[in-house]
Amino acid sequence: MRRPDSREPGKYVGAPIVKKDAEALVTGKPVYADDLAPENCLIIKILRSPHAHAMIREIDTSKAKLVPGVECVLTYKDVPQHRFTQAGQTYLEASPYDRYILDRHVRFVGDEVAIVAADTEKAANKALKLIKVEYDLLPAILDYRESLDNEILIHPEDDWSESDWSHGDNKRNSVYHEDVHYGDVDEIFSECDEVLEETYHTIEDQQAMMEPFTANCWMDTFGRLVIQSATQIPFHVRRNMATALGIPKSKIRVIKPRIGGGFGAKQTAVVERFPAVVTWLTGKPSKIYYTREETMIAGSARHEMSVRVKLGAMRDGTIRAIEMHVLSNTGAYGEHGPTTIGLAGHKSIPLYGGKYEAFRFVADTVYSNHPSAGAYRGYGAPQGIFAMENTVNLMAAKLGIDPTRIREMNMLHEGDLMTAYNNEIANSCALDQCMARCKEMMNWDSKFPAKTLPNGHIRSVGVAMAMQGSCINYIDEANVTIKMNDDGFYSLLVGSTDMGTGSDTILAQMAADVLECDVDDIVTYGVDTDVSPYDSGSYASSTTYLTGNAVVKAAEQLRANIAEQAAKILECPKDEVEFDGKTLSCVSTGASITLSDLANQLQGGTGSWLSVTAGGNSPVSPPPYMVGMVEINLDPETGKVVPIKYTTCVDCGTVVNPNLARVQTEGGLMQGLGMALYEGQSYTGTGVNRMRNFLQYKIPTRIDIPEIEVDFRESYEPTGPFGAKSIGEIVINTPSPAIAHAIFNATGVMHHELPITAEQVWRGIREKQKEQDA
Amino acid sequence: MITIREYLKADSLEQAWSANQKRPNRVLGGMGWMKMSGGTVSTAIDLSGLGLDQIEETGEEFVIGAMATLRQFETHEGLEKYFRGAVRESVRHIVGVQFRNCATVGGSVWLRAGFSDPLTLLLALDCAVELYQGGGKTVQIPIKEFCQMKPDNSILTAVHIRKTGRQVVYQSFRNTETDFPVLAVAVSRLDGIYRAAVGARPAKAMAVTAQNVEQLIERAQALPYRDNLRASAEYRTMLAGVLIRRAAEELERR
Amino acid sequence: MEIKVKLNGKMVADHIEPDMLLLDFCRAHHCKSVKRGCETSNCGLCTVWLDGKPVLSCNVLAARADGHEVTTLEGLQEEAKEFGMFLAREGGEQCGFCNPGFIMNVLAMKRELVNPTDDEIKEYLAGNLCRCSGYASHMRAIHKWMESRKEAAE
Repeated sequence: MRRPDSREPGKYVGAPIVKKDAEALVTGKPVYADDLAPENCLIIKILRSPHAHAMIREIDTSKAKLVPGVECVLTYKDVPQHRFTQAGQTYLEASPYDRYILDRHVRFVGDEVAIVAADTEKAANKALKLIKVEYDLLPAILDYRESLDNEILIHPEDDWSESDWSHGDNKRNSVYHEDVHYGDVDEIFSECDEVLEETYHTIEDQQAMMEPFTANCWMDTFGRLVIQSATQIPFHVRRNMATALGIPKSKIRVIKPRIGGGFGAKQTAVVERFPAVVTWLTGKPSKIYYTREETMIAGSARHEMSVRVKLGAMRDGTIRAIEMHVLSNTGAYGEHGPTTIGLAGHKSIPLYGGKYEAFRFVADTVYSNHPSAGAYRGYGAPQGIFAMENTVNLMAAKLGIDPTRIREMNMLHEGDLMTAYNNEIANSCALDQCMARCKEMMNWDSKFPAKTLPNGHIRSVGVAMAMQGSCINYIDEANVTIKMNDDGFYSLLVGSTDMGTGSDTILAQMAADVLECDVDDIVTYGVDTDVSPYDSGSYASSTTYLTGNAVVKAAEQLRANIAEQAAKILECPKDEVEFDGKTLSCVSTGASITLSDLANQLQGGTGSWLSVTAGGNSPVSPPPYMVGMVEINLDPETGKVVPIKYTTCVDCGTVVNPNLARVQTEGGLMQGLGMALYEGQSYTGTGVNRMRNFLQYKIPTRIDIPEIEVDFRESYEPTGPFGAKSIGEIVINTPSPAIAHAIFNATGVMHHELPITAEQVWRGIREKQKEQDA
Repeated sequence: MITIREYLKADSLEQAWSANQKRPNRVLGGMGWMKMSGGTVSTAIDLSGLGLDQIEETGEEFVIGAMATLRQFETHEGLEKYFRGAVRESVRHIVGVQFRNCATVGGSVWLRAGFSDPLTLLLALDCAVELYQGGGKTVQIPIKEFCQMKPDNSILTAVHIRKTGRQVVYQSFRNTETDFPVLAVAVSRLDGIYRAAVGARPAKAMAVTAQNVEQLIERAQALPYRDNLRASAEYRTMLAGVLIRRAAEELERR
Repeated sequence: MEIKVKLNGKMVADHIEPDMLLLDFCRAHHCKSVKRGCETSNCGLCTVWLDGKPVLSCNVLAARADGHEVTTLEGLQEEAKEFGMFLAREGGEQCGFCNPGFIMNVLAMKRELVNPTDDEIKEYLAGNLCRCSGYASHMRAIHKWMESRKEAAE
C-alpha cells in the first residue's frame, strides 16, 4: 500500500523498460510522417534564391504552370502575407515575427522564392526550371560581426515585431540585447592575482537527424487543414501556421507521428508552411520531404557565436569574478535568436557559483545573410561552456593547479544560490560526486596531463563540466490527460513529443508507478492537437521533468478519484479505501472490488466515468550536471586527434530509465565529439553553404567514436517527478572543451575555434615550435 | 538527380559500344556519381549482362572485370595474398559495405577522379586498362597514360594488374574514417626502384619514381597540391612526406 | 519500361521510368521500411539486399533489379524482430529511422562474416549512420545477440 501523495519509485521508475514503440521501429513499420502521407498527394518542390541578399524584381511562372501535372506555382504574390515566426516557442514567442510564407525580399542563399506542387516529383522539378526570376541584388552581410548598426538592413520592414523583453531593433539588425550583472566585476578583477581574457568562436553545426524535414497536409471531413508533421512542437505549429495563413486556429489540426530524430531542428517549423499553404489554397493533399541538401542549407543549424570570457582568480585557485560577452549570429531570420544566447552565460557561469563574488553577462544577437539558425541540443550552452571551460583550464595551467582541483575548489554545491541562474537555489546537485567518480573512471591522476608513446604519438587527457536546465521556468506548460477505460487500463494522452528518446515510455513508467499498474496497462498517445492536452512541446530539456510532473499530478488525482468512486460503491468512508493497483478494499468492512469491476461499472449508469487532466508550469528549472573526460591519441606529425576513451558521470536526478538515459548520454557525446573535431558549416565569399550534404558534412560513424563509459550520481530533485531532472541536452556540452583541453595538454596550444581539425592542430604545433625557436 | 530517357541492357559489347557512340548516351557504372549529376542521358547502357563482373587470377596477372564491385576487389583472396592487404586497405574506407557492393572498379577507374583511392593504388602497380573500341577491337593502355586521356567513347572492360613481384603499401589520411581522403599514397618497390602514387591532392593521382625514399618524398612533394574543403595545399604537401615515409618504412619491415 | 522483380519472395511486375531508383520502387510497393536520408549514398538508411547482398537502394536503378531478387525488412520480419529486440533492450533503437537499413546490414553481416571481431563489425556497419545512439548500444546488442545465437546453436 502506498500513500497517494508519495513519490517513491515503484516497480518501473528506475527500471530499464523497453520503449513501447520498439517492435514497430525495429521491424520497419510505416510509422513516420512520409510513410503515412495520403496516397497520390501533390509533391512540393521549392525554388531557392541563388543570392545571399536580393529583392525580386520580376517573377514569371507562366511557363512553369504549363508543365503537365503541375497543380500550382506560388510566389509571394499568391500567398497570404502575415508576419510570423517559425520558432516553436510558447506564446508570446521571444523570436521576432519576421517571415512571410514567401517574401519578395530574399535574405540567404537558399531562401524560398517559389513553391511548386505537382502530381509527380519530375513534373515539379521540371516546373522549377521554368520559373523566371529577376533579382535586384542587395549588398549582403556575411560576417555577423559587422552586422550591428550596419547601414545594410536585413529586415527593414515596418511590420517587423518582437516581444518586449527581447530588446531587439530591426533597424539595427538586432534581435536581442541583454546586460546583467551581480556584484562589481571590475572591482573584483582589480583585486585578483590573475585575470585571463580569451575570445572563442564556434560555428554553425547541423543536428543531422536521420529523418529530413517533412510534413504533409490534407483537408478533413470538416473542412479543416490537417498537418501531419515530423515536429517537436505540434501546438506551436498550429499557432504559427494559423498566423502565417491568417486563418483561425480552430481550422488547423496538427498530428505528430513517430519522428526520426529532432535534436532541436524540429523545434522550428521549417517546412510546414509549404504543404499548409498548398493544401489550404488547392484543397488537395500535399507533401514535402526535404532533400538532405535542403535540410542542410535551409534548416535550423546551431547559432554561430563569439564568446569573450574574462576570468579573475587568486593564486590559490579561487575564482572570484567572471565576465562574458557573447555575439550570436541568428542568420536571415530570428528563430531562437533571442533565446539561445542567454544559455551561453546562464548555463556556464553558475558552474562556478560556489565561490565567485561577481559576474557580468552581456549578450547581443544579430541578423546576417546566413541561413536562419535555430535550436540544436544544448541551445547556446555548448558555445558558452566551450569558452568558459577552456578559460578555466587555461587558468589552472597558469596557476599550476590540477584542472580537476580548481573545479573542486570552485564548483557549485547543493544548497548554493545560483546568482547567474534566475537566482535559483541548487536544490539537487551531485556535481562534486560526478567529478570524483569521473576521475576514478578515467584514472585521471595517472594520466594527467600527457605522456609520449614509443611511436611518438601523445596520449593526453582533458576535462570539462556542464549543466543545463529542466524546462523554461514560468514559461513552459505541460499537461496530460489520463483516462480510465474498461477493465481498468489507462490511456495517457500527452502533448509532449517523443522524438525517439523514449519519453512516451518514461511517462508511462511514472504513471504506472503512481497507479501501481503494469506499464503495459498504460497506453501512451500523442500527439494530436485535437486530442492531446496542451504541452509546449519537447524542447528545453523539459519532458521528463515538466511533463513528468504533469503525469504524476494527473495520476495521483486519478487515484484519488478512483478511491472516491470505490468508497461510494463499497459504502466505505473515503479515507478508509485502500488501493493496490488491482483491488480496492475498505479497511473497516473488508469489502472489496477489483479495479476492473469498478471501471466497468463506472461506464454504465453512474455518470462518474473517470478522466483527469492536470499539469502546469514550474517556477524553477533544476539543472542537471555532469563531468566529462576524454583521453586522446595525438599524432604530432599530422595533428590527427583520435579520441580513444570518454568517461562521463551525470547527475540528472533520479534516473527514470537507465538504458535510455545511458543512450541519451552516449548519443549526445557523439554529437559533441563531431562538433569538437570536424562538424561545422563553411561558406563561400558569396554566402553559399559548402557543407550541403553528407559527402562534405561528416558526422561520426561507428568507427570514429571512442570507447564511452557512462555512470550516474543521482541527486534527488525535490520538485521533480520521483526526484528526476533532465538529461537530453546537457550531454552534448562537455566534448568540445574536454577535447580542446586534451589537445592543450598534448601540444601546449589551446584552440579557440571549433571544429579543431587535424590541420588546425598541426598548425598550432608548428606555430608553437616557431615561437620556441624564436 | 539524373534523368534517363531509355535503358539498354546490352547483350553484347558491340551493342554497348555502338550505343555509346552517340553523345547523350552513357555507360552505367555503379551509379554513385552519375545519379548525382543533374544532366539528361538519352540511353543508359547497362553492362551487367556481359559477364564483366569477375576477377580472374592467372600465373601472370589479375584481370579485374569492369563491373566487378569494389567489395569484390576488397575481398578477393588472390589479391589479398599477393599484395598483402594493400588492395583491401585502399578501399575499406570508402563509405560502407553497401556502397562498395554497388561501386564498380571500372566506374572508379573510368571517372579518373581526384579522390579515387583505387586509382591511386593502381597507379603504383604494373597495370593496364582494357578498352573495347568497336568491331571486336580491344586495346590495353598503361594506367598512367589512361589517366592523362580525356574520356572517349570506348568501353572500359577490364583492368589488368601484372604479377611482377612488386611490393606495395597503401596509406591514406582522412578527417573521418569513411570520408574522402585528405591525401592518399601508394608506395611500391620493384628491383630497388620506388614508385609513389599520390591521390587526392586533391586533383587526380600522379606518380613519381626514385632510387631512394628521400628522393621519392622530394619528388612527390614537388607535385602540385591544392586547397579544398578538407585541407590546404600546404598541409597536403606535408602529409605526402609523412605518409610516403611511413609507407616506405612498412615496405622495409616486410 | 517493364520490369519484373522478385520482391520479398513475390514476383512484382511494373511499368517504370528508366531513372526510377530502387528505393522509390520499394516504397511504391509498400516496403516503407526503406528510408531516404540523403542523396549522396552516405547514410545507409535505404539498405536492401539485391540477390542477397546489401546495397544502397538509392544507388541502384530499379531497372537494374529487373530479373533479380530484392529483399527489404518487410521480408525478414522474424529475424528483424529477433535482433531488433536485442537492440531495444539496450535502448539503442531510439528514433528508429535508421533501424531498417541498419538491421538489413546486420543480418547481411551475419550471413557473410564468421565470428567477426569488434573492428570487423564496425567496419562492416560503418556505412550505417545513426545520429541518436552514439553506436555503443548497437555493439552491446550485437554482442548479446551473437552470444544468444551461439548458445542456441550449442
